[in-house]
Amino acid sequence: MIDYDTLRLIWWALLGVLLAGFGVTGGFDLGVGAMLRVLGRTDDERKVLVNVVAPTWDGNQVWLILGAGAVFAAMPLAYATSFSVLYPAMLAALFALFFRPTGFEYRAKVNKARWRNFWDWALVIGGALPAIVFGVAFGLILSGIPFHFDPDMRVVMDGGLWDAVTPFALFAGVVSLVMLSMHGAAFVNLKTVDTLQVRAISWMRRLALLLIVLLAAGGLWIAQGIEGYSLHGPMLANQVSTPLDQHVVREVGAWLNNFKAHPWMWSAPIAAMAGAALAAWLAWYPLIALLFSGISVAGVIATAGFAAFPFLLPSSTHPDHSLTIWNAAASPHTLTWMTAAAVVFVPIILAYTSWVFHVLRGPVRASHLKNNEYGTY
Amino acid sequence: MTDMLVDVSRLQFALTALFHFVFVPLTLGLSFLLVIMETVYVITGKEIYKEMTQFWGKLFGINFAMGVATGLTMEFQFGTNWAYYSHYVGDIFGVPLAIEGMMAFFLESTFVGLFFVGWKRLTKYQHLLVTFLVALGSNLSALWILIANGWMQNPVGAVFNPDTMRMELDSFTAMLFNPVAQAKFVHTVSAGYTTGSVFVLAISAWYLLKGRHLAFARRSFAVAAGFGLAAITSAIVLGDESGYTVGDVQKAKLAAIEAEWETAKPPASFTVIGIPNQETMETEHAIRIPWLLGLIATRSVDEPVEGLKDIIARNEARIKRGIHAVLALRDLQLNRHDEHARATLLRYQKDLGYGLLLTRYTADIAHSTPEEIHAAALHSVPRVAPLFFTFRIMVASGFAMLILFLAAAWSVWRNNFMEKRWLLKAALWSLPLPWLAAELGWFVAEYGRQPWTISGILPTSLSASSLSATQVTSSLIAFILFYTGLTAVEMFLMIKYARKGPDALHAH
Repeated sequence: MIDYDTLRLIWWALLGVLLAGFGVTGGFDLGVGAMLRVLGRTDDERKVLVNVVAPTWDGNQVWLILGAGAVFAAMPLAYATSFSVLYPAMLAALFALFFRPTGFEYRAKVNKARWRNFWDWALVIGGALPAIVFGVAFGLILSGIPFHFDPDMRVVMDGGLWDAVTPFALFAGVVSLVMLSMHGAAFVNLKTVDTLQVRAISWMRRLALLLIVLLAAGGLWIAQGIEGYSLHGPMLANQVSTPLDQHVVREVGAWLNNFKAHPWMWSAPIAAMAGAALAAWLAWYPLIALLFSGISVAGVIATAGFAAFPFLLPSSTHPDHSLTIWNAAASPHTLTWMTAAAVVFVPIILAYTSWVFHVLRGPVRASHLKNNEYGTY
Repeated sequence: MTDMLVDVSRLQFALTALFHFVFVPLTLGLSFLLVIMETVYVITGKEIYKEMTQFWGKLFGINFAMGVATGLTMEFQFGTNWAYYSHYVGDIFGVPLAIEGMMAFFLESTFVGLFFVGWKRLTKYQHLLVTFLVALGSNLSALWILIANGWMQNPVGAVFNPDTMRMELDSFTAMLFNPVAQAKFVHTVSAGYTTGSVFVLAISAWYLLKGRHLAFARRSFAVAAGFGLAAITSAIVLGDESGYTVGDVQKAKLAAIEAEWETAKPPASFTVIGIPNQETMETEHAIRIPWLLGLIATRSVDEPVEGLKDIIARNEARIKRGIHAVLALRDLQLNRHDEHARATLLRYQKDLGYGLLLTRYTADIAHSTPEEIHAAALHSVPRVAPLFFTFRIMVASGFAMLILFLAAAWSVWRNNFMEKRWLLKAALWSLPLPWLAAELGWFVAEYGRQPWTISGILPTSLSASSLSATQVTSSLIAFILFYTGLTAVEMFLMIKYARKGPDALHAH
């Protein structure tokens, strides 16, 4: 048997992997959706863009679904707290996500300009709004969320969510939108030719540079302006999973503590910035550029995770009730079974997902779509 | 936690879940019909079977998109609206959901795109494999979801941990092999196969009535008739009533469905129809068939089917014992090292949920009155009339479909269904039946579990998130508006493409 603390660490890392899996694959789908009207100027161009993502977006979104399911099982208290405290934001993302399966599937089913324009805009909302909301959620996590627990461990919200939305959270929403749009453009660069590809490259470069600037600004903000959280007092090994007996302090710059203690963690923000820079520089090698863009996305997610570790959801109103991987984890028995399931299934998932992308390799061409009406979206 | 908030949250969950299940059974059934059609194509090489796979596949896709969209709601909603539930049982309930994602939903979702765009990129065999994996994925998905739901009905393999204030997984295999979950799975996928078959049968019948796409419709009708007969037989024979004999709350559900007020001498008689009266606890104008209920429910002639009055009396005793558990838990919350309280809790742990049931009827359960305890006990079983009637309509729909498929399969065997216009019309008009049965079936399963979210463990009245009723009412209205709009689009496309028929493959 693996001991409890190791299991908790494994699941912190696995949740990171699932989140990064969504950011890297589902991320370019969201980005293409958000950029649909920017990259695709004509109906035909947008048809190409839809066909770039439609065959694979559904599988990619499962990283998000699995991520949420894994938080439910592995960190139940964090699932309960985040989804209910962020109620309006979660539902906004959910309603926007409704437009994706329907948009991809239904857009081409009626040959009328108004119909297609409607679904184009629906896909723009379905791409941009979730990207922003997920970013804001990250920003809120780093700023702290207003909640506490009663003795029954019921989550109680302290005030409305909108009071809690800090400028930093909104900034994180912008970072997320820029990052995923860059990544979407990188995917379009790989999967299209001619005008669309050229346009995708120029957008990807602009967004990559903007992302680097935003990340640098965000880093400074975290170091100088944001109150981070840290655990105080003795850390007991394999402690009971309850957030009711810990002491947490808040101070500006505390989110940098982990980086100071473990300098290797700097690799994450470096990868985030260098990835974006290399994607822009090597734009004419589309696969390599996409890879670096993906590294940048994963780097941003890892940076947030490293900064917050071991926190999952800090409480701004009752810091002592903050959720960490130590106090929000499922029982050791559950984590053991979940680990076994992940060890078996995640490699299988990666194998068949790679095979599907391999089968669908190569750019989508407008001429091909015209001659092959059944097999297109 | 106000009753209003809980009621609105329940209404939102019920509406979104029932709405999701408009699309799920068709995905379950149609995906396997696609596998059958494509297998025939691969074996015989006849192009018409490829065309059938592609055409029904197109309708499958229109439906699948809605299933995906509405399914996401379900996963979000446990956390957004049922946060206390999620905390209290996430350690167990979350596991099948997460494994569903890893084992099933990934499979289905990754390959579904390739099903549509892969025809020219894959060999025949590879494409058939892809179709099969989509069907396999959606059915495995049903398996894990029903393991999760089966655990809500009959929560085995879990214990309460007072230090974390939640239920924790004790035995994974007990959860996995929960007899209630197994009965539900077989019944639900059979219902799904029935839905897919009625769908194909009805639309094919419509073409035959109109004299269009005859070769195509004839073969589709035949495939659906055969598969459908097997499916509806399985759905009826393996109806999940067998799962109602395990677990106390399942027994209460069974008694309510059958309006079984008193524990009758075995074998119990079956009330075909009547008017159940909750206040007097009698069924008026009842028509009964001797022996039948005992045979159906217990598969025996000597086991009794417990009546509601006895169940209520037993629950009242459990509530009284549960008070000790709740009070001991309160003491433990104040002082974790109170060993006396810990021992008391351990002693009454089995009835903790019943003690929690009382919290809805009194603010101070230490001084609860006998009236309050009795009120909680009376409401510890579901209301009879809604279950009694919906269950009977579901069963009637099931038998109507059985007759339809018997007639259809017989005529396919005799090869004269093309001339039987009454049969084709019956097939067409039967289109709503599987949905009616499936929706009512879920109503019976979930309403019948009340007043619990987790049978005997967590009352519904305590399960919701600490939101305001206004917030949930707003989101409920938003769901109704969104879902109505999306349904209008889906129905429009479904009818448009069904009308076009297989010609739609060649032009938009």
